[in-house]
Amino acid sequence: MDMHLLTSDITTVDQWRARRTETAGADAERRVGLLQDRAKEIRRDLITMIGAAKQGHVGGDLSVTDILTVLYHHVLRIDPANPTAAVRDRFILSKGHCAAAFYATLASAGYIPHAALESFMKPLSELSGHPNRTKVPGVETNTGPLGHGLPVAVGEAIAARLKGTDERVFVALGDGEMQEGSNWEALMLAGHRKLANLTVVIDRNRLQQGARTEDTNALDPLDEKLAAFGLEVRVIDGHDIAALIEAFGPSTTGKPVGVIANTIKGKGVSFIEDRVEWHHKVPSAEQVAQAMEELA
Amino acid sequence: MSIETALATYDNRQAFADELAELARTDERIVAVCNDSVGSSNLNAFRDEFPDRLINVGIAEQDMVGVGAGLAASGLIPFVCGAAPFLTGRSLEQVKADVAYSQHPVILCGMSPGFAYGELGPTHHSVEDLSWLRPLPGLDIVVPADRRQTRQAVRAAVAEPRPTFIRVGRTKVPDVTVEGDELVRGRFNVAREGSDVTLIGTGTTVSVCLAAAEQLAADGTSVRVLNAASITPFDTESVVAAAGETCAIVTVEEANVAGGLGAAVAGVVVTLPRSHRVPMRILGLTDFAPTGSAAFLMEHFGLTPADVARAARDAVADA
Repeated sequence: MDMHLLTSDITTVDQWRARRTETAGADAERRVGLLQDRAKEIRRDLITMIGAAKQGHVGGDLSVTDILTVLYHHVLRIDPANPTAAVRDRFILSKGHCAAAFYATLASAGYIPHAALESFMKPLSELSGHPNRTKVPGVETNTGPLGHGLPVAVGEAIAARLKGTDERVFVALGDGEMQEGSNWEALMLAGHRKLANLTVVIDRNRLQQGARTEDTNALDPLDEKLAAFGLEVRVIDGHDIAALIEAFGPSTTGKPVGVIANTIKGKGVSFIEDRVEWHHKVPSAEQVAQAMEELA
Repeated sequence: MSIETALATYDNRQAFADELAELARTDERIVAVCNDSVGSSNLNAFRDEFPDRLINVGIAEQDMVGVGAGLAASGLIPFVCGAAPFLTGRSLEQVKADVAYSQHPVILCGMSPGFAYGELGPTHHSVEDLSWLRPLPGLDIVVPADRRQTRQAVRAAVAEPRPTFIRVGRTKVPDVTVEGDELVRGRFNVAREGSDVTLIGTGTTVSVCLAAAEQLAADGTSVRVLNAASITPFDTESVVAAAGETCAIVTVEEANVAGGLGAAVAGVVVTLPRSHRVPMRILGLTDFAPTGSAAFLMEHFGLTPADVARAARDAVADA
């Protein structure tokens, strides 16, 4: 197997460290502003990547961006210069089709060079349409087929317990992805074992590839379902930075945390927002330009 | 020797469980994961000795393999144990994406493969596992032929953890390997030297091939028997040597022939120069099995020593 791995960009890692320190020390309002700036950069990057590649999943990328931003720029205890440190918080993007947002986030933390984003989905690029840990540092496990990330996250949470470390494990899933049975197998186990070090984040944008989730195979009441499986449930606005920060705090009940992040698919770009056809529609050059104006 | 005698003596699951417990005493990274299969994976003693390190996910095979990948990603050595038909069939995509493609060093232990659950019917037979797993790059496939090789397979997985599937037999088999005849990654073992025809077995069928060799030897035929314990990486070199040094090859597997051992051997033989392109016979299944014990089904599908000897004579006649 070809296992060529991109390497981290130390200059960016240093900048990421400085910004994290600044964010952590800032008052609440300024902290939100700093993280909003990061999110805007990531959104601009992913639009550019998808526009250039003429492929991607722009709607879901934009809905999960604030979640990724808060995790990587404020919450996760990680070192992008040492992505496989023995003790680290772990994040899995189970909705692996939103790789563009993930890569842009990893680049913003210095895991990979920013210039590598230009290769997104090009022939032989490390940055495939779905993330591959053997090529992209910071990717913990390969995702793409839906319903895979949560069981792996449960395994990591169990491992942290067995090792006696205080590592936390976060996994982000699409809401449509909750139709996969494997997720409920994993939730049942997480609840049964009271994995308080696990946070399950559901990007609740209410759209899946072909239609609204509730018109396809309804998920509501999702909060009650998660609670019934033994999770501590937090329902928030998934674009409210302060709410995300609070929701990503530790479990207060000894149960795994389930965050239902109510989001807007396509968030930040007016003509993409909440429109089913933008699941994987590709913006034209003019539309990329308009998106950049809106995200300026 | 009859099929009942060829399939007798030892249940490899016991050797597996004994070795796993022994290694776990000195290596805290070792954990076992199972799908309510504590008893059928012979993990009762492991659970009693290491209650925290036996992770029973319940009847949830997709979750079981994903959890195994997460444990491996966190530096542990998970032995993920489940009945082979469900471990491979139900969680095939997890094996592909979470184990092989992600390169998490999970040790998948397919218990009771082949016809081990004979009378329970095709839902419980694991005769597609080799065909399903062989196309996955980066996944070792080990089929120990006896209890010695089973212990060696467990030791090797701990010494150098990598994504691996071990086919752990329940159908009883005699010892077929001896001291010095080690399980080596990417190599077949020579179970018997010979120069006229080569029989290649894997797992339970190695003893069948050895019994067939005895029958053929009585006619004055010199038979080489290879024990294909390492299916991936495949021992191309031994197949090339067999094609060059003997005049026919017969493969025998307790599995469907579509994409299994015989297909792998044939895939090598057809690429050889005409002078080495020896006649072959590929013995195994081509259909769902009827009701019957493992021994009955081996007879039903023509996998007895007498059937193998007949196939060898046919193949030699074509040479």
